[in-house]
Amino acid sequence: MQVGKALVWIGVAGLGALALATLALHRGEHISAMWLVVAALCSYALGYRFYSRFVAARVLTLDAMRATPAERLENGRDFVRTNKWVVFGHHFAAIAGPGPLVGPVLAAQFGYLPGTLWILVGAIFGGCVQDFVILLFSVRRDGKSLGQMARDEVSKTAGTVAFVSVLSILVILLAVVALIIVNALKDSPWGAFTIGMTIPIALLMGIYLRYLRPGRVLEASVLGFLFVLLAIFGGQWVAHSSHAAAFTLSGTALAALIIVYGFAASALPVWLLLAPRDYLSTFVKLGTIAILALGIVLVRPTLQLPALTRFIDGSGPVFAGNLFPFAFITIACGAISGFHSLISSGTTPKMIAREPQTRMVGYGAMMAESFVGIMAMIAACTLQPGTYFAVNSGAGMVGGTPQAAVAAITHWGFPVTADQMVTLAHNVGEKTLFFRTGGAPAFALGMAKIFSDSLGGTAVMAIWYHFAIMFEALFILTVLDAGTRVARFMLQDALGHLWKPLGRTSWYPSIIVTSALVVAAWGYFLWQGVRDPLGGINSLWPIFGICNQLLAAVALCVATTIIVKMGRARYMWITLAPLCWLVAVTFSAAWHKIFDPNPLIGLLSHARQLVAGPPVADLARRVFNDRLCAVFCGLLLVLVGVIVIESAAQWIKVISGHEQASTQESPFVPTAYAEEAL
Amino acid sequence: MKQSGDRVIARDRVIGRGTAFCELLGAALREIFDESAYHRFLQRTHDVPTKKSYRAFLREHEASDARKPRCC
Repeated sequence: MQVGKALVWIGVAGLGALALATLALHRGEHISAMWLVVAALCSYALGYRFYSRFVAARVLTLDAMRATPAERLENGRDFVRTNKWVVFGHHFAAIAGPGPLVGPVLAAQFGYLPGTLWILVGAIFGGCVQDFVILLFSVRRDGKSLGQMARDEVSKTAGTVAFVSVLSILVILLAVVALIIVNALKDSPWGAFTIGMTIPIALLMGIYLRYLRPGRVLEASVLGFLFVLLAIFGGQWVAHSSHAAAFTLSGTALAALIIVYGFAASALPVWLLLAPRDYLSTFVKLGTIAILALGIVLVRPTLQLPALTRFIDGSGPVFAGNLFPFAFITIACGAISGFHSLISSGTTPKMIAREPQTRMVGYGAMMAESFVGIMAMIAACTLQPGTYFAVNSGAGMVGGTPQAAVAAITHWGFPVTADQMVTLAHNVGEKTLFFRTGGAPAFALGMAKIFSDSLGGTAVMAIWYHFAIMFEALFILTVLDAGTRVARFMLQDALGHLWKPLGRTSWYPSIIVTSALVVAAWGYFLWQGVRDPLGGINSLWPIFGICNQLLAAVALCVATTIIVKMGRARYMWITLAPLCWLVAVTFSAAWHKIFDPNPLIGLLSHARQLVAGPPVADLARRVFNDRLCAVFCGLLLVLVGVIVIESAAQWIKVISGHEQASTQESPFVPTAYAEEAL
Repeated sequence: MKQSGDRVIARDRVIGRGTAFCELLGAALREIFDESAYHRFLQRTHDVPTKKSYRAFLREHEASDARKPRCC
């Protein structure tokens, strides 16, 4: 390396270290969020320049002269050689969802430091590596999916585990995201009206694209976005009109509507609802993330939450559980997310023009996603701590009334008054902001504060708040539509083995039955979450985190097995180290969720407490739910155990020489674009 | 004279880079929003943009679109 370049990188490392040290050691006075931004950008730069380069050159030996499936199998449909920046944008748009926005907001109850460090370290050494290696391995196997690679490279059992993991994560994911939306919209006529309007807007876009201006998707998305903006202003009018009562919905009413919506969206044609909503959501997502980044740089907000709070001991009101392992399953998507491995082994590998581009697309896009997580952490931490806890704590955790809540939160050392909360609710056009668990309202508040500080002041805070709620809800409804449909297809594929007609994806009785089964599965968890006095998120989000990290463990097991079979066992630690960490995290988190003696954490002890305590409404149902969740966590533990044992058996066989090291890679074919590669 | 010539070259370079960036951004957006996929479909089927051809494109893409998960 040239001296000049070396000095630049030493400078970047020094600046990053200074920023991290400031974040870690600063106590007392509030600190600027720019330290967080600088620490993140320097860490990503170093991680990309040095670690990803090491992985690319030494471990994976990326070969620019090897033809990719996009070249060999080019068909103008799925397999298309595409510009690397275009693939980067496409991949980022596919992996970015509501997860990196919600997880960091919830984990902020520990303070800004633990979550931030996990987002940075987890992404650079775990999430980015996972996305990168799975993308490359899929490219070298003609774009095979994670499940197919698990079956081919590890064992048939591993393939089945991957299938069950994906189905489990989908069910819990859909229940959790639906719960977030319910908690954000309950008793909020403005929000309910705006989000309700996005359904006819998406339908109109579908009709516009099919009948009026075929194929003009960007045009339709811009129009859809303008209609959504109108709906936000319309929502303000509705909230102050005589129609407000019609849109003031309870949690259970909203849950019922979302369940019906999920079923309808799964059964309707793709072009009518799913595709246009996806376009609209992507349009808003890319724009809003860019605006949020700009807003943070312009406003340079101050972090109000401390580096660490007293809740690292596990007594947190947002969700109960110690820093380890719960911080590491609460933040999944910003650090490492198993779900990404489905995208990395889905559409993206079929678009890669040259192998070396997998580094920028796989590793780089995950870094961008991780930065979205950092921005969410900043948005949450710019709130006054008392406000943050008043919004994010369930009624069962801080007392059932606003007075009891402010007393409890103030007693913890985070002063807040009922009057302050009333004023804040008034400023954002809501009746109340107490007990709005789920992370979305807190994120929207933080985002509205950053936006209104840079444009419009308190006068437009309500508009920004509802814009942020709409933005999150749009994301979530897209995940709900697509997730229900994907789970339905998976179920149809599986049931087709039992009775062929059930496997026919166009046979309406099969569509109705499988859609109903999928919706009933996530709808059940949603319903229980809505009726949970602790806020639902307290029990459901950790289970979702465990599921997501379980899928990441499956992906890392597959990746480690392939690395060993490639004859590069000495470098297996690049995926084995994050795998060991995830296994430790998922095992201990699941163990705590099942057996912890604290009833706020352990499901079985909570059930025992209910049985031993005074009679409460729906006692039998609540006890059954706790036990069901405990069994579900136990199933996840078994799945992690099976995939790790199956993979370890493969590694031992190959390393000890009992089995020939051979992978299922497609044969080498030289690229016809050698000049371009050189 | 030389300084003004340098300025022109520098300005042209900035404009060139700006144009290239905009083109790339446009290409990325067209890919994300499936406009490029429709264009490729038209090329492959030697068709022109009509309601009928777009319907055929949607039919072809429906199976893969419906199975595509959106990340959390």
